[in-house]
Amino acid sequence: MKGALPSLLVLAAVVGIWWLTVVFTQSVIFPTPWQVVTGTLELARDGTLWEHIGASLFRVGAGFGIAVLFAIPLGLWMGWVHGAFVTLNPLFQILRPISPIAWIPIAILWFGVGNASPIYLIFIASVFPMIVQTTVGVHTIEKRYLRAAENFGVPRGKLFRQVVFPATLPQIIVGMRIGLGVAWLVVVAAEMIALRSGLGYMIIDSRNAGNRYDLVVAGMIIIGLIGLLLDGLMRLLENMKVVRWRYVH
Amino acid sequence: MFIKTKIHVQGVHKEFPTDKGRLEVISELDFKVGDGEFVAIVGPSGCGKTTLMNIIAGFLAPDRGAVLVDDQPRLKPNPKGVLITQQGSVFPWMTVRENLLFGLPEDLHDREKLAADYTELVGLQGFENNYPHELSGGMLKRCEIARALVVKPEILYMDEPFSALDALMSLRMQNELLRILQKERHTVMLITHDVEEAIHLADRILVLSPRPARIQASFDVPFAHPRRVSTPECQALRVAILKELGVTETV
Repeated sequence: MKGALPSLLVLAAVVGIWWLTVVFTQSVIFPTPWQVVTGTLELARDGTLWEHIGASLFRVGAGFGIAVLFAIPLGLWMGWVHGAFVTLNPLFQILRPISPIAWIPIAILWFGVGNASPIYLIFIASVFPMIVQTTVGVHTIEKRYLRAAENFGVPRGKLFRQVVFPATLPQIIVGMRIGLGVAWLVVVAAEMIALRSGLGYMIIDSRNAGNRYDLVVAGMIIIGLIGLLLDGLMRLLENMKVVRWRYVH
Repeated sequence: MFIKTKIHVQGVHKEFPTDKGRLEVISELDFKVGDGEFVAIVGPSGCGKTTLMNIIAGFLAPDRGAVLVDDQPRLKPNPKGVLITQQGSVFPWMTVRENLLFGLPEDLHDREKLAADYTELVGLQGFENNYPHELSGGMLKRCEIARALVVKPEILYMDEPFSALDALMSLRMQNELLRILQKERHTVMLITHDVEEAIHLADRILVLSPRPARIQASFDVPFAHPRRVSTPECQALRVAILKELGVTETV
């Protein structure tokens, strides 16, 4: 707990400076921290806050979930079969640097303005890092483990289940952490366009509907906190005993 | 006494391509290992010992020559001969128990009992459900030996198995290995740079020349177990082997 003290002090300082600045500049639009708190409570009480959070989480869950189901088998296959890697890697290397935001017009064209568009954008954003990490994970399996498996002459299915997959799992989890982080970044951006729910929509709507900057800032802080929470969940995966070997050294 | 030949290394030759042309690592190597015999191979570092072991265990194909096991050419590794290396290859994502079960066929009815027996044989009972990162270096080595033995191999290939351990633990593991080998007879090939370890364990010691490796000398070790490397006979043998390796000791 002692280690958390300096970071808490920094947080307190940021809030303090923010508060003082607003007070001294006598800004009429920028909210004080207290206005943000009361704004948040207002939204929480009438239930809209939970609806927005739920909508965003649902989209992330769906897009990220589909990406996981797609990326892990594909990454394992590309890592194991050299031909698959040589064939597909160039394509993914070209697609990967394209910002998910750049996909928004095409997503709207293909999927309209419902839930499918942001889910597709989240999928596009999170699938590539997971494919890459999984492939790297297979490529970096230490030869001594593969040799041992070869020595015992186990069937192919068992080799995959008991050696290749668990040896790659730590890298897969790293990929999932990156993927989920990107997914959360993208959902907010996607909701700012064409959607009528979600935390991103809440921010844009608060500004458009009467300059409610207290709610804009509230939305930002909530996004940050939920992002932290999601990353914490992924960190729990890293603590599983079957993957600890890769991280303890 | 006639001993059946278990391993026959027949004219094995290996080269590796380098920037400066082909590098001859092993040159027309020939020797036999009898059934149940413990043969140690010592040689200067970088002389191709590990390459030789990888060829004998079937992980690497020679350019010329062949390795015959029970008169059959050995092309691929198989559970009849298990390799134990310095680095070790106990799977870190499996518990001790799961590691031992790994090499056993799924449909073997007494696999759990076998795993338990061998865990006990190496003295790891109580640690069945521990993961390798929770074990010490010596315990990890025990786990690896148990995982090798549980599949009932006929041959153990050991490539500097105890070199990563400290001197005391290395000696303890050598004694442990001898104790286990008294219970079940295996053919053992040990590669080591440690002459005392070879004298302590082996029935016969082959000395390899510097690269390209060929057999430079062969020594029988006729002493009964348990051996003490400090006896005059053992010391004389040690001096003779070291001399072959180009090390002369001034007393």
